[in-house]
Amino acid sequence: MRAAIEASGTQMVTVALRRIDLEATGGPDILEFIDRERVQLLPNTSGAVDAEEAVRLARLARAAGLPDWVKLEVTPDPRYLLPDSVETLRAAEQLVADGFTVLPYIGADPVLAKRLEEVGCATVMPLGSWIGSNRGIRTRDGLQIIIESATVPVVVDAGLGAPSHAAEAMELGADAVLVNTAIAIAGDPVEMAAAFRLGVEAGRRARRARPAPERGSAEASSPLTGFLERLHSSQADPAVTSP
Amino acid sequence: MRIFANGSPYDVDAGATVTDFIRSRALDPRFVVVERNGEPLERERYDDVHLGEGDRLELVRAVAGG
Repeated sequence: MRAAIEASGTQMVTVALRRIDLEATGGPDILEFIDRERVQLLPNTSGAVDAEEAVRLARLARAAGLPDWVKLEVTPDPRYLLPDSVETLRAAEQLVADGFTVLPYIGADPVLAKRLEEVGCATVMPLGSWIGSNRGIRTRDGLQIIIESATVPVVVDAGLGAPSHAAEAMELGADAVLVNTAIAIAGDPVEMAAAFRLGVEAGRRARRARPAPERGSAEASSPLTGFLERLHSSQADPAVTSP
Repeated sequence: MRIFANGSPYDVDAGATVTDFIRSRALDPRFVVVERNGEPLERERYDDVHLGEGDRLELVRAVAGG
């Protein structure tokens, strides 16, 4: 994991909080593998099914000395793990009031994104597709509107299964992506982490380069008019004819 | 003295601290997050807080996850 974090070039690593099995302890702790001098730790509220549970988890993490940055996720539905917009907004208001830096995981809903921004969230993190699905960006239109109107950074979170998906998010104008499953369960996580890094960089640079517009019909990339005439005249030109 | 941790009963010595209990479960207090009787417990207090009869602890740790 340490090597994958390094290879990805990430600036932030999320961790979840889980009850310890007190009868089966031992072995290293994940925090031993994360160099907190180099990457920001981002505790999440995964497992929370309502605002109260999310707030409880965030407060626990802070009391234990974890950062007061929190990835807010409230996912009552275990099948698709889709975020509950109402509970997420409620929890966000509470956590902002408690002094947390709140990064909420949300559906690609531009109206909700605005509301979360207004209550003081540091980012919005709309999904590409379901958590762990590796389906890529299935929410393109919603993401575009969020990116267009947001005044906080937009992080595309969840569903990105390949570096090309990360590149697509960055080309759309996202500020960052959050990737876990695609790297964690790849055959070679370190190589996949490096590939995602390149995907993110490619997408970001493409965005900065201002992509050419799409067109509905062909547009020649080299001049076509007078092609034969020019060919003839150049052959007839004594300067370019062999003696 | 009997306390409850993560839902199960444990017998601990009178006067035991939260740190003592964490260590008795072969855990490193640096990596354990504690809720005591429904309230988050600051890590700086693990050494000073003495467990009381019937205390309910939740011991939580960071795990991998996006």
